[in-house]
Amino acid sequence: MALEIRDIHKHFGPVRANDGITFTVEEGSLHGILGENGAGKSTLMKILSGFYEADSGEVVLDGDVLALRSPADAIATGIGMLHQDPLVFLPFTVLDNFALGSPGPVRLDRSTARGELERVSSELGFSFDPAMLARDLTVGERQQLEITRLIWLGAKVLIFDEPTTGISATQRIQLFATLEGLAEYGLIVLFVSHKLEEVEELCDSVTVIRRGKVVFEAAMPVAPEVLVEEMFGKVFIAEGREPAGLGDPVLRLESVSVEDGTTYLDALDLETAAGEVVGLAGLEGSGQRTLLRACAGLLTPTSGRVSVDGADVTRTSYRGHLAAGVHYLPAGRLEEGLVEGISITEHLVLASDERSFFVDWAAADAAAAQEIDDYSIKGRPASPAEALSGGNQQRLLLAMIPEDVRLLLLEHPTRGLDVESAAFVWKRLLERRADGTTILFASADLDELLSYSDRIVVFFGGSVFATRATASTDGEELGYLIGGKERV
Amino acid sequence: MRAAAPTLIAFAAALAAGIVLLLLVGAPPLEALWLLVEGSFGSASKISATLLAWSPLLLASAGLVVTFAAGLWNIGVEGQIVIGAVAATWVARSLPGPGWAVILAAIVAGAVGGLLWALLAGVLKTYGGVHEIFGGLGLDFVAAGLVIYLVLGPWQRTGVASTSGTDIFREEAWMPSFEALGTGWPIIPVALGLISVVVVWILLRGTRFGLRLKAVGRNPRSAALIGIPTNRYLLGAFAIGGALAGIAGTVQVTAFHHKLVPSVSGGYGFLGILVVLLASFSAVWVAPIALFFVAISVGSTQLDLRLGLDSAFGGVLQGLIVLFVMIGGAWSARRASGEHAARGEP
Repeated sequence: MALEIRDIHKHFGPVRANDGITFTVEEGSLHGILGENGAGKSTLMKILSGFYEADSGEVVLDGDVLALRSPADAIATGIGMLHQDPLVFLPFTVLDNFALGSPGPVRLDRSTARGELERVSSELGFSFDPAMLARDLTVGERQQLEITRLIWLGAKVLIFDEPTTGISATQRIQLFATLEGLAEYGLIVLFVSHKLEEVEELCDSVTVIRRGKVVFEAAMPVAPEVLVEEMFGKVFIAEGREPAGLGDPVLRLESVSVEDGTTYLDALDLETAAGEVVGLAGLEGSGQRTLLRACAGLLTPTSGRVSVDGADVTRTSYRGHLAAGVHYLPAGRLEEGLVEGISITEHLVLASDERSFFVDWAAADAAAAQEIDDYSIKGRPASPAEALSGGNQQRLLLAMIPEDVRLLLLEHPTRGLDVESAAFVWKRLLERRADGTTILFASADLDELLSYSDRIVVFFGGSVFATRATASTDGEELGYLIGGKERV
Repeated sequence: MRAAAPTLIAFAAALAAGIVLLLLVGAPPLEALWLLVEGSFGSASKISATLLAWSPLLLASAGLVVTFAAGLWNIGVEGQIVIGAVAATWVARSLPGPGWAVILAAIVAGAVGGLLWALLAGVLKTYGGVHEIFGGLGLDFVAAGLVIYLVLGPWQRTGVASTSGTDIFREEAWMPSFEALGTGWPIIPVALGLISVVVVWILLRGTRFGLRLKAVGRNPRSAALIGIPTNRYLLGAFAIGGALAGIAGTVQVTAFHHKLVPSVSGGYGFLGILVVLLASFSAVWVAPIALFFVAISVGSTQLDLRLGLDSAFGGVLQGLIVLFVMIGGAWSARRASGEHAARGEP
């Protein structure tokens, strides 16, 4: 038995998330799928598990071409997916969670299900109390319950999408033992990750995906520097970057601790000067966003002190931060930046600091036309935000930044933008820097980090793993650091 | 309205469904529909009655346009009308003085009463985390209970307490109806209603406040990040909506019932929600749609008298129109965004 993925294509608008992906995984193997954020791993896994339909290409299991039109099709044909958050209904008992989604008549046959739960779980070496509520299980046990259920439903291929997110080190060891057991049991296990270390530790073979294509396949072990290079591509350093004329300190964090859901930053110190650009590197969810939101006043530190231009803003509200010259540009342009159904003119009026009760729409439209020209936005004053492309939405957001900003906090400022828009965004940002604005930006793009930062702070697992002056590092080292390893 | 054609088709479909219903109960459909028209516009006094009913609906709908712009489902509007009516009744019963002063005070009291009642739902939402639908619904029941308590208790009729209401107000506390012009015309209520619609239209279209309110309603997260104090704007929307609903309550007691009755809201709050839904949340279409709706309500009393049909048929017809327009709107949105949106895919 083998799982063959043949020439899978999937695009979303102009974005080719999967661009001809082909590879084969043999029975009983633990196969790693590596790639940076946005490489196309998740799209491929969603196709395998029936959430998306591929535009073209085939998935073949044991010689049969599978028709994957829904998650139900996927599990019926033997492909089971374990999501980052196990799909467990917390208020239900273990038994009800197990029996849920089973095929068959309407009546829920609890006694049969109980027998099956015991049989399958003991085969896999798990043990459950069927009457226990799912909410009382650990995350690891919830994963085991989900695995048991999928195997009972006939899964021959199990996909684990970043399964180590949010679980403890002990649970991780347990999970890895489980995964190895499943491979020995004769299943095909796909382990999707962007953590090098885990793939090195666990997998028999690996496929690296970059920009929707398979760029590398090999049996493990493979030297980590090879994997880093395959994941991120060759990194080119942009030339001719002006060295920043650094001024007085603007932002200062003194042993700041802050919590945001599952991410916890502990005792962070950071000082940035006027005109400095600091890049925040790291995998998604490693703490960069938490830091940005804490600096913006959206999260209140549990301890420590934050100051901007010498003024303590630790306990100041978000609007207080705005008044202090802090401006935050989140990654979700239509979710947290712009308002759907509201025009370019209206956005610029919202962002302006004028206070008159009535709006002079004729003047506002004229001013908007000027900004559209200045920022080369493809749109008219009356165009609603959702009608603009990502690049033009970002240009509009740039146009909305007030003049006298001291600290600019940017989350993935060029994500999803074409080269021209990205270059434009940075041209405008660097102009701000020349005026003495400090820029702090999070990015997953190594080129961007190396091209525009004076300093790069690398986050791993919720804390600062390393800080490097851009001049003294390179893409290869960053790749290591992002994966949580020092270069040897 | 964004697209006129689907709306007209929906109206026709609702009418057709109404005719089918009439046929099913064995009533002559054309005669019934004609009675609706005649019952609401057939004579000067009928037109006057229709206009009097139009006014509170205009006021409540104008207020709802504001709360909808802020993204709020102000289900508490019924309670706000009731509390406005209670406040106006208190003024009418206890404030001495010439008619114009009492009426002016009653309008202000109604506005303040509705405003405070709406702010209660607003504070529950913004600071208490209670969704405005549940908070508003709860406050509707509380307001209804309060009126019954007042009518049967402290403000009971001289002689015997009755749910038919309080004593009739003294005439100084009646909103002038200009009997000199014939049957009497509700000029002040209509003016209040139309002015409220125009003011709301200007507020939402021409002012910074209106624009910010719209931003808060459409995307509170973005609005907050742009720097708009969202809670303050939500409370502002509740205050305006509540004040207008409260004035509708004043109109109900000082111009229509001339006393406080348990059913004082006349259902104009909920009817207003339907009107604003049909008007696509814009003030522009509120006045004609509200007129159309009250015409059906007022005219349907004739069905009872002349055909022995229950006057509830008017409500059925109103409900059908809203349903069909909503279905039509959803259908054209689905067609516009194509197959992908319908399947929940990017």
